[in-house]
Parts: sequence; structure tokens; C-alpha cells
Amino acid sequence: MHWFIIKRLLLLPFLLLIFSIVSFALIQAPPGDFLTSYVAELAAGGTSIDQVEIEALRARYGLDQPIYVQYGRWVGNLLRGDLGISLEWRRPNSELIGERLVLTLVLTTFSLLFTWAVAIPIGIFSATRQYSLLDYLFTILNYIGLATPNFMLALVLMWVAFDKFGVTVTGLFSPQFLDAPWSWARVGDLMSHIWLPMIVLGVAGTAQIARVVRANLLDELSKPYTEMARAKGLPEWRLVIKYPTRVAIAPVVSTLGWYFPQLLSGGLVVSVVMSLPTIGPLLLRALVGQDMYLAGTIILIFCMLAVLGALVSDILLVVLDPRIKLESA
Amino acid sequence: MTDVALPAADRAKEPSVYVTPAWKLTWLRFTKHKLGVVCLWIVVLIGLMAIMPEFFSVADPNVTAARLAYIPPQGVRIFHDGHLTRPFVYGVEGQRNQRTLKMEWVQDTDVRLPVRLFARGYAYKLFGIIPTDRHLIGFGTADQPVTANILGTDRLGRDQWSRLMYGTRISLSIGLVAVLISTVLGIVLGGISGYLGGWVDNLIQRLIDLLQAIPAIPVWLALSAALPRTWPVTWVYLAITVILALLGWTRLAREVRGRFLSLREEDFVTAARLVGASQSRIIFSHMVPSFASHIIAAVTLAVPLMILNETFLSFLGLGMRPPAISWGVMLQEAQNLQSVVNAPWLLIPGVFVIITVLALNILGDGLRDAADPYSH
Amino acid sequence: MPQTPTATDGQTASVAGGALGAPERRAAPAARDGTPPLLSVRDLKTYFELDDGTVKAVDGVSFDVMPGEVLGIVGESGCGKSITMKSILRLVAKPGRIVGGQILYRPDPHGRAGGSGGEIDLTKLRKDGRRIRNIRGGEIALIPQEPMASFSPLHTIGEQIVEAIRLHQDVSKSEARAMAIERLREVGVPSPEQRVDAYSWQLSGGLRQRAIIAMALSCHPKLLVADEPTTAIDVTTQAQVLSLLRDLQAEHGSSIIFITHDLGVIAQVADRVVVMYLGRVMERGPVDDIFHAPKHPYTKALLRSVPSMDTEPRVALPTIEGSIPHPLHKPTGCPFHPRCPEAIPGLCDVKVPALRPKESEQPVACFLYHREVEGE
Repeated sequence: MHWFIIKRLLLLPFLLLIFSIVSFALIQAPPGDFLTSYVAELAAGGTSIDQVEIEALRARYGLDQPIYVQYGRWVGNLLRGDLGISLEWRRPNSELIGERLVLTLVLTTFSLLFTWAVAIPIGIFSATRQYSLLDYLFTILNYIGLATPNFMLALVLMWVAFDKFGVTVTGLFSPQFLDAPWSWARVGDLMSHIWLPMIVLGVAGTAQIARVVRANLLDELSKPYTEMARAKGLPEWRLVIKYPTRVAIAPVVSTLGWYFPQLLSGGLVVSVVMSLPTIGPLLLRALVGQDMYLAGTIILIFCMLAVLGALVSDILLVVLDPRIKLESA
Repeated sequence: MTDVALPAADRAKEPSVYVTPAWKLTWLRFTKHKLGVVCLWIVVLIGLMAIMPEFFSVADPNVTAARLAYIPPQGVRIFHDGHLTRPFVYGVEGQRNQRTLKMEWVQDTDVRLPVRLFARGYAYKLFGIIPTDRHLIGFGTADQPVTANILGTDRLGRDQWSRLMYGTRISLSIGLVAVLISTVLGIVLGGISGYLGGWVDNLIQRLIDLLQAIPAIPVWLALSAALPRTWPVTWVYLAITVILALLGWTRLAREVRGRFLSLREEDFVTAARLVGASQSRIIFSHMVPSFASHIIAAVTLAVPLMILNETFLSFLGLGMRPPAISWGVMLQEAQNLQSVVNAPWLLIPGVFVIITVLALNILGDGLRDAADPYSH
Repeated sequence: MPQTPTATDGQTASVAGGALGAPERRAAPAARDGTPPLLSVRDLKTYFELDDGTVKAVDGVSFDVMPGEVLGIVGESGCGKSITMKSILRLVAKPGRIVGGQILYRPDPHGRAGGSGGEIDLTKLRKDGRRIRNIRGGEIALIPQEPMASFSPLHTIGEQIVEAIRLHQDVSKSEARAMAIERLREVGVPSPEQRVDAYSWQLSGGLRQRAIIAMALSCHPKLLVADEPTTAIDVTTQAQVLSLLRDLQAEHGSSIIFITHDLGVIAQVADRVVVMYLGRVMERGPVDDIFHAPKHPYTKALLRSVPSMDTEPRVALPTIEGSIPHPLHKPTGCPFHPRCPEAIPGLCDVKVPALRPKESEQPVACFLYHREVEGE
């Protein structure tokens, strides 16, 4: 292990502390608490609830305690692996989050791999065939990909699928697998549904990363070592792949640092539109309903996932670029 | 020693060197980028819409008419029976489907409503001061004005075209204001970071790392969910811009810091220091001009991101809220497959988002390339 | 008054500070004894088609490289010497293109092995084809300008040398590694067994240049093309590298094309010299004649602008008046005439002098010596 990565690992608990405070502050920010909005909701629905009962609930959930006590209890429970209870669903948060978190990660990972698998070849092609017709085409597609909000793309694709083929492409499972226990058949069903959200979510990033690869590779292609490799008599494609591309791709790995959070963010919106059973819609519901512990826990999980993504990208970068390895040694 | 020289007389003929200011060079380089210039015009047009949406719209965007809900776009045509004519709009007629009880709108090709320029319509105050009732376009004849919905109507029978014009104002200005706030933050913090270096730099860089590691949308959602529902539109508007700017300044700060760091090492800055120029003179007359165009380009590239972000937030119902009109608020009407299948034209605001973001991105890239003296 | 450099001890002539040591008297190897040249460049034209016009980077260049000789190509930056080198290796990138002329390569001067007399026109080979790739690195090797940037930063120098060896010789990885270590030892890299696994950025400038030479020599090429190999390193190392190159050349009997703008270096290493200006050969000849009896006004001017042992101290060196014209706006007639003190009005600015007399040891392209016009 390298010192550089160890330092990063040592930072993790500190980051957890900061993120927990931020998350808690965020969910405390709205005026009132869950019960105020709960009462308001009941009132809107025409029912009312006894004041005594409200106070009892408030005491039960600890909402009558000072804020730092609430925070302490929340963090203490988190450290013991207890994610708390959803006020709205009256169920443990871990139960609500569990499978949704797994599906979120699966979707994010798939989009990430899709992005790299598409963006890197496009970037290489565009750079080596600069100013060719396809390069222009890719550049235009990149601009459009960057400019299209992913929910818009999702809506259009869903609409086309419905209008032209009569299929509804929402969700991640067919109805019969919706609440079924995990099995290979269910995994297969997931795979047959996940590709569309994967593409929708990955398009913007693909455009961004293809641009990064193209620009980096153009830089590297004009460097003397590329010409030196050519002067050695290496075949063109072999040398492009072996030398400049290798150098140009190393920084792409570090885009994981911002791309992973971006995917988590984007996944939230796409999930709402495509009714995906990921963590996003749950967070939206929790925020609107002031289901504070659920919302806080989800935000904290999001932050930690993003930081872990950045850590993974740092490790990959060290593996790929010997200069970093030796400089920090 | 003699010169291996031209005769002195010839030397006098050499033209004196004309020094073009940097911004002019940048501009000259930019105008060579044809697509960039086209996008500049698009941005100017969208800017005009944002400044005076009342003039561009044809109907009051807040007037609801349930009877006129979900009229499909009527479009402006210039061909009738295969002949080129002056622009017109076909009339529509609503028929209630007896089975589904849904209103179905049919185009009536016998009714042609001419499009007139600078027609009279509802009264408004241009720029909030000049009372007038002139609009860019109107339908029918001057004596008998009629309403038409070139981009259709929404669930409440409001004219989409007019709402789009008003939405431009909020969507574009939120992007601009949020970017201005982040630019100030970014320049101040990035400048401090880059110029002072040391532990201050370290602290600010770690803060940026932290902010960039946070997935933005969940945090924005949490922040905007915290805005009281009872707040008036203007407050929400200001709050949203601040919320967007809060996480948005990091990229600009990085950019500014990077510029500062590399400029600090540039020979011309060293030269200025060596001839004894003061600190402030070095910063303001040597360093700032040489990265001002980069900042302009970076800002141009940041605005579309902010526009997209506002759209996301409003689309999810946690950004701007009705009765405010923004593109995101309009798109909320198309939040699920059902509404899109019923009325696909509800997605038109999204097309506006795409065009605007596309134009701003291409413009920004063009400016950035033009600002780089080494790019050509 | 113009100085002609006087002979000093050529062997130890210092190039420090650009001081010009006169050429060492050496027998021009394989002079005119009937051995065909290893490489003949005939009327080579390499043009760059740009949006703004055609840049004639190399415009009718001819010279021969004899087996075992060092040919120096000298000229100011932008005179086309590097493009000539790239044309020989067929490394000219778009939008550049060889539009005319021949580059005849004779790998076997006595025609023993090759069937058709062993003459290959490199300009006729496919740019990325197998044949040119076998010649590149295998028979004609490049010593590039920037040793730092000429190794990939992500691969060890060993990996890169081994790759070069295995491209052209059928040996196993471990054999190739042993050969790489041997080459590194040969060029004077200390403890090559360890250095072979180093990255280029871990080596000093001088060692890097030696490693590059080791890579170029790894396949025992018949011709080395050295493109200003000493510009990027400091003067002491420069002298070491030059003497190393000459020793190696003597040992392997390969020919070298040595491209530089530094007349001092040329004097130290070259047997014969080609003087280029704006893509054309102004004069060529044995190094002694060029230095002691230059004919072309450009050559004379170049020599005058170099300090020598006899230059008076603290007196400004003469410079060549004017600057190199923009490549797109080359002067008509002799390219040097606007800067030439001896230009003949009405002739030099109209017609292009040919390089004559053709069979002479020291032909010159100047109307002061003959009236033959290019292309007639």
C-alpha cells in the first residue's frame, strides 16, 4: 500500500463526521419536524389527531430533545449499524434502503462501465481521425448529449417505446419479479430491464468523457514519444494504443472522482421518471415528507459512496501512472 | 564589424508594428468559428426573450381556460394547397369524443388565421415601465383578433408559447445570477488560494475537494426542501440561486487558481516583478487581463450547467414552484409517461432547454479556444 | 570585417558558448571512389496544404549521404531541415505531404543481397506500410530533439528499447533485454542493469540522451538521423554526447545525418555540410570548404554571426539583417534576396538560381557564381 492511499483512508472517519453533521443539518433545516408535516397532511386529508398523541409520538421519536442530543443519538445508532426507523413508513430504515441501495449501485456501476466502454473508443477514434466526418458527427452528438437533461431523454425514449412498439419500459423488474426473492431468474429479469436506464443515465457522462479522452489523446499524439515510437517502426494502431492512449486514459480514471457523484445525482432524477426502485425516489419522498432520519441517512450514504468512488479512482490512478507511485513514495 | 545588412533606407520602410489589444485578438479568432457566431446570435435572441417575454408572447401566461386544455400545437405555416402564402395558422375545432368524453382537437384547414407582426394584444408594461399592448405577433385581422396556440396548450389551457417566453426569463436569469454568485465566490476564493498559497491554499483546496465529492442533486434537494412552502416566489427564486451557487463555485475557483498559479510562474510576471512593479499592479494590470477572457469563457460554460440544474430541481418539484414559470416548472407537467403520451408537446420546453444549453456550450467553447493564444 | 574561422585543434574544439572550433581535417570517407551513396535525396518537395495556402516546407532539396560519413544539415529554424528528416523517415504528418522528388535508399551498396540493385525509393512506399516500418528503426534510426519527451513516461526505458529490438530482430524477450543492457553499457550509461528498469523521468538529461542513442543504435541501423540531438542538453554534456556519437559511428560504420542550427557542432562532427534556407539548399560541400571558402552570401553571413577564437571581445557580433519571411509569403526569386547584401536587382528577385555546378564538390545556388535558373 502506498502512503498516499493510507492518508486517504485515514481521512475517511473524519469525512464521515463532517458528512454526518452536514446531513443532519440539512434535514434539520426545514421549519417544524416530521410530526408538523404529518399533522398537516392528516388535516389535508380531513382527519385530525389528538394533541396528546402527537406529544407522545414526539417523545417516542426523541423529537422533543435538543438538537445535539438528537444528533448524538442518530450518529451513535449509525455507528452501531442501526440506521434508525422511518417515521413515515414506521419501518427500520435498513429494511427500506437495503435492496434499493443494491439496485442503485448496480445501476450506477452499469452506467459507469457503459460510459467508459463507449466514450473511450469514441475519444480515441475522434482524436486519431481528427476533422474527419465521423469526428464531426461525434462532436455534434457530444454537444447534444451534454445539453439533454437525462429525464428528458428518458421521457422521449419511453414515449417512443410506447408509441411505436406499445411497450412500457418503466421499472427494473417485470411484475412477477417485483417482490420475488433474489434468484437467477430475477437477475436475468433485472438485466433485461436495466439497459435503458443505464444508457439514459450514461449519455451525458459519455459525452463529457469522450471529450476528455479526445483532448488528452490529441495532446499526447503530438508529443515526441509518439513520433519516436513511430520512428522505431511500430505499426500505427499498436503504437497509438500502447503509448499515447495509455497516457491519455490515466486521467480518465480520475474523472471517477466527479463522475460517480454525478451518476448518483442523475440516477435520482432518472429513477423518478422511470419509476425505478432505487434509492432516489425514496429520498425525494422522505425529503418532502420530512422523514428526517431516513433522508439524513440516505444523504449520508450518498456522500460516503461518492467519497469511496473518489478513493477507488485514486487507487486506480496510482496503479496506472508510475510517476505518482514513485513521487509519493 | 559590418552588418550583413539591408541598406538603412530599406529599414525605414518597414511598417511600424501595430499592437492589437488582447480582447480584440480573441474576438477576431472567435469570429472565425462560424458555429460559435451562430450560437452567439441564438443566445442573443434567447436573451431578448428573457428581457421582454411580454412582447414575444401572445397571451397572458397565467390565464387558465379549462375548456381549451391540451390543444396540440397549431404551428405557423407558409404553404396552403401547395402555394406559398404569407404566414398563417389553421384554426382548430374541439369535438368531445362521445365514448371517452375527452376533448379532441381537429385542425380546420378552411379557417386560415393570418399571422400579423406587431399586433395588439393584452396590455402590459415593457421592462416594467412602458405601458403598451403591442406584441411581436398576433393572429387574425386587426379588427378581429383571435387566439391561436402555436405550441399548443397545457393541462389548464394556458398558451405554451407564451409560458415558454416567460419561463425563459426565470430559467436564464437563475442560471446567470447563480453563476455570478459562484463567479464572485470562485474568483475571490480561487484567487486567494492561488495567490497566497500555503495553508490557506490547502484549506480552500480541501474544502473544494469536499464539496465536489458531494453528489449535488440530493443536497440541493434537501436544501430546497427546507424552503418554507409559504415563501413568495421572489424569495424562493433568490434562495434557489444561492443554493445552486453554493456548490457551483468550486469549478470556477479551481480554474482561477490554476490560472493564477501558472501565471505566477510566467516570464512576463517575473519580468514585471523584476522591474519593480507593485503587487497590485502585477495582479491587476498584468495577471487579470491575461485571464479575463478565460473567466468569461468559463462563466459561459457554467451558465448552461446551472440552467440544467434549475430544470432538474423544478422538474422534481423542489425548485421553482407554480405560479412561477420556468422551463423546469413547465416540464413538471410532463413528469410521467401518461402525460407525455397524451400531450407530447408538453416536452417542448425541454427542446428549449437543449437549444439554450447547446448554444451556450458551443459559444463557451468557441470563446475558450479563442482566448487561448497558443491554440492556433 | 568578416572573419574566417581559423583552424584550431579540432579534436578538443570547445562548443561551449557556441564558440566555433574549425573542422577537424578528416579524410572524407568513401569519397568519390565509385561507391554509390547510401541515401540520395533528389529534388525532394514536401508541402503543407493549409487553409490559408500551401507552405512549401521543403522545396526541391537534393543531397547524398555516403556510407560511413556524417552529413551535417544546417540552417535557421524554419528552413525545412526537420521536415527533410521527417520526409526521409516518412513521418510527415497531415496536412504535410511529399509532392515530388525521390529518396533513394541503397541498403547494400554493392548490390550483393538485394536483387534489383538494392535501391528503394522511400517516397514510393506506403506511409504506414510494412516495408517502411521495417526500414524505420531497423535500418534508418532517429535520434530525436527532445530526449525528455521522447520516452513514454509510463513505460520503463528498458521496455521501450526491448520493443525496438524485438520489432526488427527475432529474439526472445530475455535476449532482447540482455541486448538492451549491452547497448546502454555501450553508450556509457552507468550500471545499466538497474537503469534498464528506470523511467525516463528518473534519469538526468545526459543519461536520457544516451538512452535514446542506445535505443536508436539497438538494431545497428545503417543510417542515423540526428535531429538537433544536443540542443536540449547543457554544453558539457553536449560535448560528451557528440564525441560518443562520433566514436559509435566510427565503430559501427553507420552514416549519420546531423541536423542542427549550431555551426560549432557541425564543425565538430560533420564530413560534409548542406546549408538550407527556406526549404532550399543554398550550398553544399565538404566541411573544410564550407568553413574556409564559403561561396553563398547566406553561408558567409551565417559564419560571420558565429563567435570564433579570433573574434574581438566585447564587440557586437554581426547578425543577419531582417528575419525569416513568413512561410506563406516567400519572396519570389532567390529566397534569400531580401536579406542578401549582394543581391542583383532585376535578377535575384525574379529568378530562382539552381544549385550548380552539378558535378562539383561544392555547388551553390547563387547568381554570383553562375546564371543557371532552377527548372530550366
